[in-house]
Amino acid sequence: MSMDKETIRKVAGLARIKMDDVELETMAPQLSKIIDWIEQLSEVNTDNVEPLANVVNINLALREDKVTDGGCTDKVLANAPEEVQNFFVVSKIVE
Amino acid sequence: MSDLTHMSIADALKGLESKDFTAVELTQAHIDAMAATKDLNAFVTETPEIALKQAEESDKRREAGKAGALDGIPLAIKDLFCTEGVQTTASSHILEGFIPQYESTVTAKLFADGAVMLGKTSLDEFAMGSGNTHSYFGNVINPWKGSDAKDLVPGGSSGGSAAIVAARGAMGATGTDTGGSIRQPASFCGITGMKPTYGRCSRWGVISFASSLDQPGAFARSVEDCALLLNSMAGHDPKDSTSAQKDVPNFAAAITGDIKDLKIGIPKEYRMDGMPEEIAKLWQQGAEWLKDSGAEIVDVSLPHTKYALATYYIIAPAEASSNLARYDGVRYGQRVEGEDLREMYENTRSQGFGDEVKRRIMIGTYVLSAGYYDAYYIKAQKVRRLISEDFTKAFEQCDALLTPTAPSAAFAIGENEDDPIKMYLNDVFTVPASIAGLPGISVPAGLDSNGLPLGLQVITKAWDEETAFRVGGVIEEKASFTALPQTLSQKAA
Repeated sequence: MSMDKETIRKVAGLARIKMDDVELETMAPQLSKIIDWIEQLSEVNTDNVEPLANVVNINLALREDKVTDGGCTDKVLANAPEEVQNFFVVSKIVE
Repeated sequence: MSDLTHMSIADALKGLESKDFTAVELTQAHIDAMAATKDLNAFVTETPEIALKQAEESDKRREAGKAGALDGIPLAIKDLFCTEGVQTTASSHILEGFIPQYESTVTAKLFADGAVMLGKTSLDEFAMGSGNTHSYFGNVINPWKGSDAKDLVPGGSSGGSAAIVAARGAMGATGTDTGGSIRQPASFCGITGMKPTYGRCSRWGVISFASSLDQPGAFARSVEDCALLLNSMAGHDPKDSTSAQKDVPNFAAAITGDIKDLKIGIPKEYRMDGMPEEIAKLWQQGAEWLKDSGAEIVDVSLPHTKYALATYYIIAPAEASSNLARYDGVRYGQRVEGEDLREMYENTRSQGFGDEVKRRIMIGTYVLSAGYYDAYYIKAQKVRRLISEDFTKAFEQCDALLTPTAPSAAFAIGENEDDPIKMYLNDVFTVPASIAGLPGISVPAGLDSNGLPLGLQVITKAWDEETAFRVGGVIEEKASFTALPQTLSQKAA
């Protein structure tokens, strides 16, 4: 299935990546080709096949429910683009 | 000094122990070699001061009789491993200047065993690529040259690690492998690369690409050296719930040279149309070496092989699109302001990510979006099970599989750039084992007519890295690969 410019614009919005018209037009044929190529999987009969997510059967271990980390605000904020009084700062989001 | 940089890790450990040289001398020799090979652009960040300080401490420990398993061995670290206090970028503009406040488990274990860090090596941005041509910090150049002397790619994504080990600028290196990112560059650079079973090494502190596939592993110039590195890197980590609670065997002890009890499977589906004759011949040669050493060669079938790449290019981008959602300009990394919060996100990600990363985020977002999730993502997970079951069935007939590592030798920088799918095909022989979570080792086995190295891959059952090392050791012995990259042999001449 080919991805037209409008579909790509919508996906770019979902992915929060700004794309101008030139970029959308460059990317449309590239992404369409990749999607066409991965559609070859429709040839494979997967009736009664369970999806596989956990590839080597590692059972998730339980541990005691207690705090093992924290109390390191300085470290958490060390790479912040902007911080004030131990908070990350972003532009105003509530009117 | 140059013989110090041509030595194996195993021999260097003996030399340090018998006081033939110090860790500081060994490290300084590698720092000099890094300077001499700077045009390869293998490093994003070099850390010679840290290396020399670690080496001094190593010499003191050895003096005190407290040397660790890798004490004094200078290594390069892929710039996907977070290193405390040292910039870690994933070769992306969006993480330029990011200074981790913690150490990845794998690097912490290497340092606890005394390893010395020479620097952080370049990669394809966020480990997405097969040629190291998608790094924000420029292309890495393979130390090998063909007859036309053009600059070649080192492979990817762990291209900087592979190139610097091949160029004798580091004794070994860490890598990560999601679909072939250790094995393919090892093949392109004429060195050994080991991707262990998914879950063998902790992913904690490794910048995530595709979490169900990513796995740290090792590069070195011998099978034994890879085994020594993996022994230090592997083991359960409570901070990574997918790291296995399994004992780590002594991998180096598995390299016995004796494979008389083994059956080696040759998967017929890997005989692809258009496979270069030289690669087909080398593969045949590899099977004969193993047969001559007493193994039994059997034909096996992995019927869903042809669907592995398409499966991978749904699952990996889907997971990547989720993992990379964290780069939003709020908590770390680059921020590009906008009119409002949403525009800040969009500007940050638009300017912070390169084209290949954007393509994969877009594919991943699309296949996970409403209405397409079942058709693409769930479908791919079902085919993933079929691919995995193919391996399970094949391993009822054999102990290990022998395949070529890559469908070509290193190609010129700029080739395969016009079409993303052409680049993806580089991983055709490595992706299936990644999808099934299996260990794979690439061992240099010969040169093509253009003078470029070619690797053979050994794949084994989950948790059976020992057999991969054992078979890899026999290939190494039979191939007796001693060729040096042309850039080094010319300098020596």
